[in-house]
Amino acid sequence: MQYHAPTSIDDALRLLAAKDGNCQILAGGTDLLVRLHSETGDDPESILDIKRIDELRAITPEAGGWRIGAAVSGAEMGEHAGLVADWPGVVEAMNLIGSTQIQGRATLAGNLCNASPAADSVPAMVAAGAMARIAGPEGARDIPVAEVPTAPGRTSLGKAEFITSIHLPARPEGGGDAYLRFIPRSEMDIAVVGCGVALTLDEAGICNAARVSLGAVGPVVMLVEAGAEALIGTAVDDAALDALASVCSDAASPIDDKRGTVAFRTHVAGVLARRAASIARTRAGGAS
Amino acid sequence: MSKIHVTTTINGDPVDYLCDAGESLLDVLRDRLGMTGSKEGCGTGDCGACSVTVDGRLVCSCLMLGAEAEGREIATIEGMADGETLHPLQRKFIEHAALQCGICTPGILVAAQSLLERNPDPTEEETRYWLAGNLCRCTGYDKIIRAVLDAAKEMREAP
Ligand SMILES: Cc1cc2nc3c(=O)[nH]c(=O)nc-3n(C[C@H](O)[C@H](O)[C@H](O)COP(=O)(O)OP(=O)(O)OC[C@H]3O[C@@H](n4cnc5c(N)ncnc54)[C@H](O)[C@@H]3O)c2cc1C
Repeated sequence: MQYHAPTSIDDALRLLAAKDGNCQILAGGTDLLVRLHSETGDDPESILDIKRIDELRAITPEAGGWRIGAAVSGAEMGEHAGLVADWPGVVEAMNLIGSTQIQGRATLAGNLCNASPAADSVPAMVAAGAMARIAGPEGARDIPVAEVPTAPGRTSLGKAEFITSIHLPARPEGGGDAYLRFIPRSEMDIAVVGCGVALTLDEAGICNAARVSLGAVGPVVMLVEAGAEALIGTAVDDAALDALASVCSDAASPIDDKRGTVAFRTHVAGVLARRAASIARTRAGGAS
Repeated sequence: MSKIHVTTTINGDPVDYLCDAGESLLDVLRDRLGMTGSKEGCGTGDCGACSVTVDGRLVCSCLMLGAEAEGREIATIEGMADGETLHPLQRKFIEHAALQCGICTPGILVAAQSLLERNPDPTEEETRYWLAGNLCRCTGYDKIIRAVLDAAKEMREAP
């Protein structure tokens, strides 16, 4: 195995192209190194560490929102007051990942590209309308975060491509977001269900835009259009929250596994959607 | 296969070593540098027994490559005591009997020190959350938490 730590995106792209697919990107390594040490025998030929590329290490304001470099850790996101103020749900989702030690290394883009159905930051990013910037041989392109994972452990990225940053849009006037997950303990576990909600209230307190997403209840994160419809045009009151819970439970198509049954996950999808939406409503300045 | 030459700083001292691309920092510390204070409990980032700081940031050394340490500042449990003088955290762990088998202790001490550097007056809840990635199968955690809070108090009151 070889280790490469290029200092520019162009050098990284050249290396990726030369390795023709047998090269793994290393960001925080909190998924990749667990896999490397698991003795499955299918180790990559090379590892490409992106943390020496300066422009991937920063959180920068852009278009009223924030561009988060692919080498920024969860801990750094949690310490960034501006980002926390604008997208508390996304930051909380990221900060739920693992322990203090894991937070020192884990990245948003790594969570996304690992493509676990239960990845915590992904539903929050999808609700926020985040875009992933992908560098590749043909230049850079931006795609919605929801289009990155295609199946458990698989992404839509080409062999010679990688994510250089994630962009969170400007927080709209009257906007608020939240992410909640259910785990059997209070720390250090993988989501049984996760739910992200981002919504906007007008001056009268009526919801005029919403995005609702679910994690761990299907092979990839899902954007629940019916969830948005249940909220838009309402004051996000109890009736709207009941409707939201019911469409989210309907949308969930989970599997049975050791962490939760189909019936439990289906029910909890609705419960979390209701709770996340009321937190988002409060953050948007609505009645709490 | 050629080895990677790494120059880094460990507990303030310049260090260099040769390692393989896939080798963890933990294996480098223990097997190449003879610094066996950091322990391997799980090798998958769950137990925290291998905790070190890298440029002041708490991490699991089992989930970092030795090659990544190039130019960084690493701090391990070996750098905690000042010669024969124990760090207040170390002393309080002994006073409160906050350890039994001792495998988790180095990682917990490094993690607790990193907490107190950021927050000299943590609540019990903050301390428990900060240390949630450090597993101890002997003590039931209570004495560990008491030792950390007591050390924090002593360090705050120190002139
Ligand atoms: C103890 C422990 C607890 C955990 N708890 C949680 C949890 O609660 N919730 C959760 O969601 N996850 C959890 N995880 C999983 C992991 O920490 C997260 O998925 C993390 O965000 C991965 O980020 P990373 O930077 O460490 O990724 P890496 O391990 O560096 O990479 C992950 C994968 O994505 C690829 N990749 C990384 N960056 C890029 C990029 N920029 N472009 C293209 N491909 C890329 C890598 O090649 C690799 O395949 C946990 C892991 C551990 C060890």
